[in-house]
Amino acid sequence: MKKEEITSLHRTAQNVREEIIKLTAGGGCFIGASLSCVELIVYLYKVFLNLEIQQLNNPERNYLFLSKGHDVPSLYSMFTELGWFEKSRLLNHLKTNDHIYWHPNRKIPGVEFHSGSLGHLLSVAMGVAIDCKIKGFTNKIIVILGDGELNEGSIWEGLLVASAYKLDNLIIVVDRNKFQANERTEELIPLEPLADKFKAFGCNVQRIDGHSFVEINNAFNSLDFNSHKPSAIIADTIRGKGLPSIEERADRWFCKFTHEEIEDLLVELKGGDKTQLSSETIIAR
Amino acid sequence: MNYEELLTQITLSDDKFIILTAENRAAIRNLPKILGNRFIDTGITEQTMVGISAGLALRGRIPITHALASFLTMRAFEFIRTDIGIGQLPVKLVGSFAGFLSEANGPTHQAIEDISLMRGIPKMKIFCPSDENDMIECLPKIFDYNKPVYIRYNNLPALFEHKPFELGQAELVTEGNDLTILSYGMMVREAFIASELLSERGINARLINLRTLKPFDDEIIFKAIFETPVLITIEDHLKKGGLYSILCEFIAKNKLSTDLEGIALKNRWFKPALLKDVLANEGFTGLQLADRIEHYLINKGSIYNERS
Repeated sequence: MKKEEITSLHRTAQNVREEIIKLTAGGGCFIGASLSCVELIVYLYKVFLNLEIQQLNNPERNYLFLSKGHDVPSLYSMFTELGWFEKSRLLNHLKTNDHIYWHPNRKIPGVEFHSGSLGHLLSVAMGVAIDCKIKGFTNKIIVILGDGELNEGSIWEGLLVASAYKLDNLIIVVDRNKFQANERTEELIPLEPLADKFKAFGCNVQRIDGHSFVEINNAFNSLDFNSHKPSAIIADTIRGKGLPSIEERADRWFCKFTHEEIEDLLVELKGGDKTQLSSETIIAR
Repeated sequence: MNYEELLTQITLSDDKFIILTAENRAAIRNLPKILGNRFIDTGITEQTMVGISAGLALRGRIPITHALASFLTMRAFEFIRTDIGIGQLPVKLVGSFAGFLSEANGPTHQAIEDISLMRGIPKMKIFCPSDENDMIECLPKIFDYNKPVYIRYNNLPALFEHKPFELGQAELVTEGNDLTILSYGMMVREAFIASELLSERGINARLINLRTLKPFDDEIIFKAIFETPVLITIEDHLKKGGLYSILCEFIAKNKLSTDLEGIALKNRWFKPALLKDVLANEGFTGLQLADRIEHYLINKGSIYNERS
């Protein structure tokens, strides 16, 4: 990957993070989990997926399913970067005159499917992957899972079936930010050794730094689409990435901030001082 | 033609149809070798199967998705509601061994709340064929309908000739003005026997085979309420949430007043046994139903008093 390309991806990621931070105004959003998957989302839309909004009806296009739907601010912010979505439309967040709420809505062009209930979109993505295989297409189906989401039995049930049906066109990306709603995963329902679990369920597994475009790029470039196995990329990430005042704090899951706090957070994102946050975190689960 | 032959014909003539099962192959044993990769058995994974069906539907397929009714509608309920229901995807959910058809399996397998659950999902349609011929008559139009449908599979042999099907239209099986019997699924056969017996006793029952509980045939029910003094629902389902509840809602919504009695399972699972013994033990054979209905009419002190 060229240095200029990496710089450009970082710039996009920075822009996406700014929009995510702004979405904590008013009714708030799931900021932590949105910030952790920014590099993954940016890389996929900018480099790997090769998707144009006009091509969504093309049966041979690639797909990206967001199973951890509460990180939808990262998706919509990315859509504004792609020009799929007017930036001003984000002002409709949580308004009844639009479809932009805390979880994805398929009425927004580019959203593959609604999600929010965890543990669903692996199997939905598998349905798409099966159909593409039957048709003999070589397109790729990506599904982003949260690590907390891996508590759901339907994920492991789905992996059994994905493996049985040899879905090597399916790429499972785990946003391993090490938090579930209110607790650290390893302190509530431990997931490690996670790579071993995916291997045991029949996947090709890679583990990478989910904030490094170089590592993400290397992982996607080394996928084996003729292995008769689904691929799993476990991306180690930091919840709240980019904002030290939020990073690695179990209580910063769903937040709504004042306009002053948001201004300070935008400065913090650019390397400024840590924001003094006095707004309470809302426990929405 | 049986169910498997119909599926063979439909899937071979149009490749948008795709067959799924959660290892419930009783009715579709020969399809794997006929359909190849358009037959997908996901193993004992009802949730995953429903999710996969949603994905296939996103690709323009019409999945016909099979599992035992109890596990399809209950284990996978949230997948049906969330993926198929919210998504308004044209998946056809085929639940087998519903109600009394679970026979001796026991309460784990007794789908006697499936109608209640499925009708609670906005825009989900419900089709309950009364026997194999009825199922074969109706299914082509059900499969072509571009919305989610729950099908309460029933391949018992037919006792009478069926009329052609239109979505949302119930079937008027017998004419009569002394009372109306409303039923769906496998209980229509027993209701038919009951209506024949009642007729021999001078009571002329109008028998309606609902076919689809959603959409509901308002017209035929209005006529029944206006033209017959008593309505009796018969169903192998809990009394709460099934046809009796639908009728109660219908009557309240339309501010009508009528004499409605429900014959259904009341707040309990049924004693498991072979079908004929289940029916006899629960009081649901044609003969028992005829007796129950006759007693009801007599006890009411209605126009039939002179018969007592």
